[in-house]
Amino acid sequence: MSDCCAAETIEIKVEPRVSGKVRTVALVGPPNSGKSTLFNRLTGLRAKVANYPGVTVEQHFGKLNGIGRSDLTLIDLPGIYGLDSYSEDARVAVDVLHGEMPGTPAPDAILLVLDSLHLRRQLTLAAPVLALGLPTLVLLNMSDLMETRGGEVDTLALARELGVPVAKISATRGTGLDSIAHFLDRKGETLQPRNPAKLELPVVGNARSYRQWATGISTRTKYKAPLSSEWTRKLDRFLLHRIFGPLLFLAVVISVFQVVFSIGQPLSNAFGDLLNAAGSKIGMFLGHGWFESLLIDGIWKGVASVLVFLPQILLLFLFIGVLEDSGYLARAALIADRVMRSIGLNGKAFIPLLSAYACAVPAIMATRTIENKRDRFATILVAPFMTCSARLPIYLLMIAAFVPNKPIIGEFFGLRAAVMLSLYLLGFLAALFTARLLKSSILKAASAPFILELPQYRLPTLRSLGLRVVDRGKVFLKQAGTIILCVTVVLWFLSHIPFHSTLPDSVIGHVGRWIEPVIHPLGFNWKIGIGLLSSIIAREVIVGTLGTLYGADPATHSLSLQAALRHDLTLGGAMALVVFFAFAMQCTSTLAIVRRETNSWKWPALQFAYMSVLAYTAALAVNQIISHLF
Amino acid sequence: MNALSELGIGKMAIVERLDLPEEVGHHLMHMGFIPEARIVVVRRAPAGDPTVYAIDGFEIALRRETARSIRVQVVEEGL
Repeated sequence: MSDCCAAETIEIKVEPRVSGKVRTVALVGPPNSGKSTLFNRLTGLRAKVANYPGVTVEQHFGKLNGIGRSDLTLIDLPGIYGLDSYSEDARVAVDVLHGEMPGTPAPDAILLVLDSLHLRRQLTLAAPVLALGLPTLVLLNMSDLMETRGGEVDTLALARELGVPVAKISATRGTGLDSIAHFLDRKGETLQPRNPAKLELPVVGNARSYRQWATGISTRTKYKAPLSSEWTRKLDRFLLHRIFGPLLFLAVVISVFQVVFSIGQPLSNAFGDLLNAAGSKIGMFLGHGWFESLLIDGIWKGVASVLVFLPQILLLFLFIGVLEDSGYLARAALIADRVMRSIGLNGKAFIPLLSAYACAVPAIMATRTIENKRDRFATILVAPFMTCSARLPIYLLMIAAFVPNKPIIGEFFGLRAAVMLSLYLLGFLAALFTARLLKSSILKAASAPFILELPQYRLPTLRSLGLRVVDRGKVFLKQAGTIILCVTVVLWFLSHIPFHSTLPDSVIGHVGRWIEPVIHPLGFNWKIGIGLLSSIIAREVIVGTLGTLYGADPATHSLSLQAALRHDLTLGGAMALVVFFAFAMQCTSTLAIVRRETNSWKWPALQFAYMSVLAYTAALAVNQIISHLF
Repeated sequence: MNALSELGIGKMAIVERLDLPEEVGHHLMHMGFIPEARIVVVRRAPAGDPTVYAIDGFEIALRRETARSIRVQVVEEGL
């Protein structure tokens, strides 16, 4: 989906730093310490949060509306372990802190967010951050969890040791945030740079001395580490079990798909009936004429044919949300590392690849956590093969129209879910195959080490899951109300010009017949051809296009889109179409982000050519094979 | 002195030194792999590799090829 993925943040003006005045505040902290959760609390924005290290890979800006200080800008930064950068995302944080990031003002004050469950280690980051000499407030996050698990820390003593104020907060619950407002109010008017020399800080850049310093402080401040979550280990004993682990992984994946069909499909059908009924009600009210035809046959049918998939897409996102927020994703990466290594990819590539199931754009940005550049580029190039949610409407449409709902393993696993699962597998295998190809040719590199921190399991909160689903729904509705709406209007006009012509004689009919020879071997008719052309903008546009074209054709006017497709396509053509979509690169936003992240047009051009050739060849093969078999 | 990769599940050891390229070594040290740190072998991934280690209350997974370059002193039966 085109702009599904940009986090909603504001543009800011870079103004010269005026001493004594706080304008920008930066959130700094180790990975997965809850900076983005706090950022969302303080700004009212929705930066992505999840329970694994490395979710935030670039800086986000927001106004501090949450505590009534809309005059201040808050910068959310990727998590860091120290101030020497080793990966692209850490470099972003370090550059911003040093005021060396173009377009980003140097921060005037710092909120250092530390996970209080692991304070002893997290404190090592305090040394280099305090040495920057900026006014700093130390926030001990997840303090509610620390206390319920029997942890203790003397914040007053800690503040004395560090020479800066310290406060306990819980970003998830929103407690303790008034300390931030106090800190900023006090520091806001007269900003005196702290004198770092007063503080006994360890030797800069030496991890060992940082560590000794941190241990000393946590001992003197009577830090008592909370009992480690027992059920994280207990769960892992099962989820990472030699046999049950992979089996469970498979079961999770299968049940996600099954639920999308067994619960999602009836919801989508009901939603579709509702939309159709509303459409014909409005149509009756308008009477007959060109305006009614444009509004109902053109726009309504086009947009509604995409909208019906909303329930199924939201269900899928609910599942992805549970996997990400619980902490299971990092375990999945661990299980899959063996496979990733056999194709020469870094195990860390698995997390971006998994998140590409939602959308390739944030996944490509998430590759910034991969330290090795060649590994990173290989991951960027294969990410669009993963089945993103923009492919779902056409998959769901074709499967519902052409695949009977036969049970395979009882009620638990049906044929439709199986076909869907194989399409996902197909994309994954194409990604693996391509990565292998790249790693043994143009992107050869020594294998980079795999270092993965496993977060503790957490129960996803209803609030966070709800927000994800609502946000995703908004993006989907926006896409349907903008791009798809525009495309259907244009298509309706092109299919009615010249006036009083029949569909095959219209402009669109001529264009369609002109490209038909190229796609005929794949089992596609000219309407599918127009759909393919329009879906270069974004994949889900094809469903809207087909809705409009079949609605404009008198022969299929009164049929549902599924029935119209069955009337017009063979099984071979239908399966060739979904396979084409599994491989083809039809997404302008992905091409743009690949250009941005690789800093060259060479890579997106290569990617586009490769994926197009693969899609065409595979669709041709599928159509020929199925046509001969049935 | 042993390589970390040779240790069985449940063994506890003290980190002695990292024989790794500077950049990787630095990264690991920031994550807690510094001399004198206690480390426990927690479990292996289903495929037998990578292995999960507990250090400083955190669980960190490393592949065998990386753990081979971390020299440790075994102390006692852990866990």
